[in-house]
Amino acid sequence: MRIPCPYCGERDAHEFSYLGDATLTRPDPAAPDAEQRFHDYVYLRDNPAGAHREWWYHANGCRQWVKVERNTLTHAIAGATLARSAS
Amino acid sequence: MRYSWLNILKNGLTGQTGWTPAWRDAAPKPAYDVIIVGGGGHGLATAYYLASQHGIHNVAVIEKGYIGSGNAGRNTTIIRSNYLLPGNEPFYEWSMKLWEGLEQELNYNAMVSQRGVLNLYHSDAQRDAYARRGNAMRLNGVDSELLDRDGVRAMYPFLDYDNARFPIQGGLLQRRGGTARHDAVVWGYARAADAHGVDIIQNCEVTGFLHEGERIVGVETSRGPVRAKKIGMAVAGSTTRVAAKAGLRLPIESHVLQAFVSEGLKPMIDGVVTFGAGHFYISQSDKGGLVFGGDIDGYNSYAQRGNLPVVEDVAEGGMALMPRIGRLRLLRMWGGIMDMSMDGSPIIDRAPVPGLYLNAGWCYGGFKATPASGWCFAHLIARDEPHKVGTAFRLDRFRTGHLIDEKGVGAQPNLH
Repeated sequence: MRIPCPYCGERDAHEFSYLGDATLTRPDPAAPDAEQRFHDYVYLRDNPAGAHREWWYHANGCRQWVKVERNTLTHAIAGATLARSAS
Repeated sequence: MRYSWLNILKNGLTGQTGWTPAWRDAAPKPAYDVIIVGGGGHGLATAYYLASQHGIHNVAVIEKGYIGSGNAGRNTTIIRSNYLLPGNEPFYEWSMKLWEGLEQELNYNAMVSQRGVLNLYHSDAQRDAYARRGNAMRLNGVDSELLDRDGVRAMYPFLDYDNARFPIQGGLLQRRGGTARHDAVVWGYARAADAHGVDIIQNCEVTGFLHEGERIVGVETSRGPVRAKKIGMAVAGSTTRVAAKAGLRLPIESHVLQAFVSEGLKPMIDGVVTFGAGHFYISQSDKGGLVFGGDIDGYNSYAQRGNLPVVEDVAEGGMALMPRIGRLRLLRMWGGIMDMSMDGSPIIDRAPVPGLYLNAGWCYGGFKATPASGWCFAHLIARDEPHKVGTAFRLDRFRTGHLIDEKGVGAQPNLH
């Protein structure tokens, strides 16, 4: 598996470490239903079989967080953007 | 047909013509008392114990492919009960006890071999952690022995004791641990369940659930709808995909774990040995191949195959432990999809939808749990209350904070 790092170009996945699902957003701790939403945020996952947007950290490269779109059925990577520019 | 030496003798003298299929190839009936989705070890064990322990014989096991084609046929066959936490240890010990009587109970040779599981430690801190785990086992009435370096050397003289980075200081030994033949476990449970009247329906994919109001009352399958009063899901690896059809979102990620078998060798490792400074475990099959594995790849995957960095990591672990395997060639390697739960422990509980029961989240430790998983899941389905050794495996523990995090790494499935 090779990840196209926006800074470094296509690099082996060995250079990266994996965090997980990049579609989660941290809830507002002041919200009235914050307890429920934090439970969902910390523990529940869509875990799709197919396209998955996920965080990888280019530890042995540019040391940037990268948002990668990868297919969990084939491991094919559709693209990668820097976390700071990812929406 | 009962398997016995007399039957072997009789068939030997009559040209092996008297054997019958070990289970019927059942077609789905319109309705059952209980449907188990998933014909792996856990699902078949559940069906068997529903029939043998709870008198519920009108049961179907519905399997998408052939039975044992998932993780039941892809693991490294290790059985053990050397856990630390009180939520886990009594459950795995109950499993160990069931393993010990399994072949007699099922009348099937599952090749259960209590050859000992030895976890090596390589530092003072690790020795202390292992001593603690060994003591926790003993508090639960489970055998454990903390060996020093000489004790390990007497068992396995060929390990690399003076490795510059990871010298072996000793190990935690569970002599009752060992291995079993994974396929035979599946076949044995299938045959025994079938003898109790359970329908084993292969090549039948569950494509959805039948609802009546809030309640789930059956499954939609590739071979038509099948109704049941209760439905149990034992599809670890695909739990998210199947549960999504019932509208559930679960604390599970699917990850790929690789396993390896070397070319066949004369006997060289007579137990199970694990390397404590990395993640590497090895045993030798009766056919002679070394069976080993290491970490999961560490990213979400449903692909049943992994990548080279973990292959390299596993090989490095093996070389650090026992350099004599360096010139061996691999015969096969493969991947299986793990239900990685958020605390590294399984879930055996009622689903939030009435009529549906969950058996999931086995991470990469499901094989050893097969008998107790089936036992507890059958108990839960039959009586609607958890079995006493499985009370900790609740789905709501992530909400209440009663996590069972054996490794203590938090809600990060790829680190468990």
